[in-house]
Amino acid sequence: MGDVHSNEFAIEMLHITKRFPGIIANDDITLQLRHGEIHALLGENGAGKSTLMSVLFGMYQPEEGTIKKDGVEVKIHNPNDANALGIGMVHQHFKLVECFSVLDNIILGNEPVGSMGLLKKDVARKKILDLSEKYGLKVDPDALISDITVGMQQRTEILKMLYRDNEILIFDEPTAVLTPQEITELMQIMKNLAAEGKSILFISHKLAEIMAVADRCTVLRKGQYIGTVNTKDTTMEELSAMMVGRKVNFHVEKKPANPGEVLLEVSHMTVASRVHKNNAVRDVSFQVRRGEIVCIAGIDGNGQSELVYGLSGLEPLVSGKILLNGKEITKSSIRKRSVSGMSHIPEDRHKHGLVLDYSLEYNIILQTYFEPEFTNKIGFLRSKNIRDYSERLIQEYDIRSGQGAVTPARSMSGGNQQKAIIARELDKQPDVLIAVQPTRGLDVGAIEFIHKQLIAQRDAGKAVLLISLELDEVMDVPDRILVMYEGEIVGELDPKRTTQEELGLYMAGARRDEVSGK
Amino acid sequence: MRKLLKNEGVQAFIASILCILAGLLIGFIVLLCINPQGAGESILDIIKNFFTWSRPASQLKQFGNTLAKAMPLVLCSLSILFAYKVGLFNIGAAGQYVAGACASLYAALAWGWGWLPCMLLAMAAAALLGAIIGILKAYCNVNEVISGIMLNWIALYTTNAVLTHVKEQASPYTLYLSKENPSALLPTLGLENLFSGNKNVTIAVPLAILAAVLVWIILSKTRLGYELKATGNNRNAARYAGMAENRNIILTLVISAALAGLGASLLYQTGYMRWECTQSSVPTMGFNGIAAAFLGGLHPIGAIFSSFFIQHITDGGQYVNTTFYSPQISDVISSVIIYLCSFVLFIKLAMRRMLAQKDEKKGAK
Repeated sequence: MGDVHSNEFAIEMLHITKRFPGIIANDDITLQLRHGEIHALLGENGAGKSTLMSVLFGMYQPEEGTIKKDGVEVKIHNPNDANALGIGMVHQHFKLVECFSVLDNIILGNEPVGSMGLLKKDVARKKILDLSEKYGLKVDPDALISDITVGMQQRTEILKMLYRDNEILIFDEPTAVLTPQEITELMQIMKNLAAEGKSILFISHKLAEIMAVADRCTVLRKGQYIGTVNTKDTTMEELSAMMVGRKVNFHVEKKPANPGEVLLEVSHMTVASRVHKNNAVRDVSFQVRRGEIVCIAGIDGNGQSELVYGLSGLEPLVSGKILLNGKEITKSSIRKRSVSGMSHIPEDRHKHGLVLDYSLEYNIILQTYFEPEFTNKIGFLRSKNIRDYSERLIQEYDIRSGQGAVTPARSMSGGNQQKAIIARELDKQPDVLIAVQPTRGLDVGAIEFIHKQLIAQRDAGKAVLLISLELDEVMDVPDRILVMYEGEIVGELDPKRTTQEELGLYMAGARRDEVSGK
Repeated sequence: MRKLLKNEGVQAFIASILCILAGLLIGFIVLLCINPQGAGESILDIIKNFFTWSRPASQLKQFGNTLAKAMPLVLCSLSILFAYKVGLFNIGAAGQYVAGACASLYAALAWGWGWLPCMLLAMAAAALLGAIIGILKAYCNVNEVISGIMLNWIALYTTNAVLTHVKEQASPYTLYLSKENPSALLPTLGLENLFSGNKNVTIAVPLAILAAVLVWIILSKTRLGYELKATGNNRNAARYAGMAENRNIILTLVISAALAGLGASLLYQTGYMRWECTQSSVPTMGFNGIAAAFLGGLHPIGAIFSSFFIQHITDGGQYVNTTFYSPQISDVISSVIIYLCSFVLFIKLAMRRMLAQKDEKKGAK
């Protein structure tokens, strides 16, 4: 393909500077994307990646700097200009119409129209099927978005770009929502696209993926351009040092566990599924002891969410028993479980974890607002205590926000939102901590922080139940691994002795043991 | 100056004022279109309302009437805004208001109850209607707007049927409260002396203000308000935090409905208005509450002033010169103004955008 292009670079963003009141979001940043390469853009939350992409998409106008397409300077005033230049993007949160089919979503905004204004869907269908075959993007054009997996939704988004003949494809944190298998598949798709001459910009903070798929990597930190390196000539350690500005400890340091008495005991638990007729969790039994971290590993959708719903009381059990600290809580309310010593870092922080329109301080007291410390006898909130308490947690857990305690949770970054939830749940001093994908979508620094907190909880004699989809996390953090497959626990592994391959076999259902879970 | 403009309260105030001005302007244009001759004079009459009267005593008396009718509107707008703050749109307030009218008038005329029991029954009847909407919402996920609108009509015709038992023989109106059962009339607390003996000014005025203050305190200072707003903003998070989210939804609609019911009691128990048993449309009071709530910047205290203003304009309509215009013109003009009043949020948003843009430009320099 290279000979077609007069210029080496598909897109060049040269010396881009974008200022907002009180902050320089992009300070003299240069990003050059070659034809047919996969170029990673690496940086922590708030490093300026999103701003840079918004500039490329015409949503912001930079104060300084130029953008060139194939060596020719272009002005991008709005997303339509970007589209016309062949720039397409898969957003982290998909922009799909849930009640439309895959096909309808792909053609949306670019519908092939025949005479009389009638849609020519068969033309579109053919083009989509061709594209899907060419790049190995398996989709069912007639399935509704609401019925298909996240992976297929993402493939729909990719097809949307290809359908519009985009040449420059931007992937914004595309793996955050995928299972390990889907990630592998996506990597292959990206390589196929690049091989066909598409230029790919891959925004991520997952170093392993960048090393696996990208040709070059540009690193941003706090709005500054740090550098561009060839992935062949660098290491993960070097990249992370560039990104964070210091050395990051990838390996989670921890002392050997010292398990005590059983704090959480689950026996023969069965939980119904909201989606299917079958039970999502079937006859699961396990124990978590004081001073240990037990991890439930598994591919997304094998009953982990429902297991947590059953434990926390969000869903009733079909059968089985739960003992918290020796007391039965099988039928207890959510509140009862919470005050009896159970903390729960939920899977979806926007759905369950936070009231986004509430201030940070109101979110910090979400689980304890009814305590005498925060509500007086006649039902009035003690605003001074609430402020003092939340300011203490903000300090202790280094929760960063624009206006401190009164910042609306909605305006905080994902990492800091998660920190707020963790602060809230840990400061309750629970006996049992249930942490569901606590590091999902967070950057390296935040992940390191959260892992340290989990281990500190363990060392303080709490029982920690970690539910995770990230293989690294599963291997590094817990003291025991329980693998869940199709609603059952199919294996118990010792993270010190097992390998990712062995774990993968259990997760895929290729191997199973009789597990007592004790 | 800029800092002042960024203040939420100031923004709400400016937005409300702009809405009022726009409403008056469009109302004026409507008048011009129909008959340019009397337009200027008529729009002034609307604004002047009771000041059209020359004697101060008459002015005060008419002022009292506007005030008496504004108080039920305050309650209706409190009803709307209470639910709105909890993320619910209680358009059923209109029907709950009707249920309140039904209960208080029937108890007063058929059973001869005193004013306080009548008032409490009005609140209870309205609350019952609110509870139905709440239960449907909480347990069957029925949208409160749909069930609210349906119940508005059910409430209207039920009320017509019930109150037919206590209506005058010769007219479709219910019996005079002052003749049949003066004990059901709201006490005036001597307030009539301030308004040239206008007995329509009653305990309703302090009660409505008290209700506004209470709503404000509950929403912003109490645990109940915290729970209700959390439920309204994010039902899942409320459930996760162990709140009884279904109970909270029902409770919100019950409280909101009781406020509307109280509003009806405050109007009909002055004896100033009677129920017309043949009416075939839901009284506008509940709907005007929506406009008043938004015009008041969705603040309970703001609701007092916005309600008074809307009632002022509505009453002012009756002074429009009918030699130039048909009598319905007053309703048209006040509706136009009320309609424009609900644009407050839109204007607020536009103001914020403008400020943000200026900031961005400033940042650029």
